[in-house]
Amino acid sequence: MSNNNTAVQDRQQQTAQKTVLFDVRRQDTADSQPYWESFEIEYRPNMNVISALMEIRRNPVNKEGKKTTPVNWDMSCLEEVCGACSMVINGRPRQSCTALVDQFVQPIKLEPMKTFPVVRDLIVDREFMFDSLKKIKAWVPIDGTYDLGEGPRMPERKRQWAYELSKCMTCGVCLEACPNVNDNTNFMGPALLSQVRLFNTHPTGAMNKDERLATLMTDGGIGECGNSQNCVVACPKGIPLTTSIAAMNRATNVQMFKNFFGSDHMVD
Amino acid sequence: MSRESDFYLRRLHSLLGIIPVGLFVAQHLVINHFATRGAEAFNNASSFMGNLPFVLFLEWFVIYIPLMFHAFYGVYIAFTAKNNVQRYGTFRNWMFLLQRVTGVFLVVFIAWHIYETRIQKALGAEVNFDMMAEILSNPFMLAFYMAGVIAATFHLANGVWSFLVSWGITQSPRSQAIVTYISMAIFLVLSVIGVQALLAFVL
Repeated sequence: MSNNNTAVQDRQQQTAQKTVLFDVRRQDTADSQPYWESFEIEYRPNMNVISALMEIRRNPVNKEGKKTTPVNWDMSCLEEVCGACSMVINGRPRQSCTALVDQFVQPIKLEPMKTFPVVRDLIVDREFMFDSLKKIKAWVPIDGTYDLGEGPRMPERKRQWAYELSKCMTCGVCLEACPNVNDNTNFMGPALLSQVRLFNTHPTGAMNKDERLATLMTDGGIGECGNSQNCVVACPKGIPLTTSIAAMNRATNVQMFKNFFGSDHMVD
Repeated sequence: MSRESDFYLRRLHSLLGIIPVGLFVAQHLVINHFATRGAEAFNNASSFMGNLPFVLFLEWFVIYIPLMFHAFYGVYIAFTAKNNVQRYGTFRNWMFLLQRVTGVFLVVFIAWHIYETRIQKALGAEVNFDMMAEILSNPFMLAFYMAGVIAATFHLANGVWSFLVSWGITQSPRSQAIVTYISMAIFLVLSVIGVQALLAFVL
């Protein structure tokens, strides 16, 4: 190494010789057979899985030196708030934008979250979750035929706490981690149960809380939870999913007794 | 198959696991413990339980019907899961797997146990200390019964934990952690009681 180099140039020369190995589970169409393809790309400091995938897209040549199709993946925000780039990296589901190459054992294995239908390569269709959000009415209804005026105030401390639940980005990682979300069940998954808690906490949202709980008490609802508690370990946003689930267990049980023993009021 | 009633069946499954099945298992192990006081003590206790008034009614409504529902619906639950302890080797995920493994094993064990005792009684045999001593004199059967008792105590103790979560009683991580310790204590105590009784028949 020449002595005329700056420290930065020295580091770049060193890292240019390093490479990163990727094993990618590929699938050309939704119905075709998956296969594995390996890639070896040049290492750059602070590289994440997405910048590596971009490098493969720029020069789609596999480890054997053969030209191939670029690997398809999904992404949007690149700061772990949208959930689009979720995939299984070295066996664990997470966002690829915050997956720094330095933190992984090589070869880095990339797979789609197979709990969902695979569209192509690493892209999956998370529509199941969005449909479930509709089922549980994951919104605060404020529309009326006349001005409904101001809603009830939300205590600030409650808002701060509810904000933690609102960090959910419907990324699907907790569904991928859950042993009970699979082809044998219609379980909507941990994230959705926590969303019911979020919208039932909101003072205006709480005006429809019995409707959301009723959905949790049907097929695919909270009954399917088996308490493996993988979801809370897997959640990239640190949402207290198992606490939400236990809270919704209590709420649905109370609702069940209310319904059966014939309370004459539905909400509160 | 419509699964609209799954929520209620799950809740029923959770409730029946504790009341009455869990309570019955605990009572059964305690009564068995009379064996450590000798054959006569065991036979007295066993004939007291076997000659309770309305015994057939009690057997069907406190044991057989709740147990069968818990067992068969439990097998369905066990086989709908796709276990992934390789991916998440956490304590709770292992408990989730073990709850299902012990549950399926217990269906086999309890079926065999009922065949060897209650059905033989219905066919004219007498259920007493000697009967159990003869069954357990076979080392394979002793191991099978040991496994059965330990599986049952584990399934019950861990079931207490998930019962409290499923009914929304323990919500906070701290309360769930404390109940984990309590459930492990229940497991140990009931296992010692059960295994001591089994050994009393062979030693």
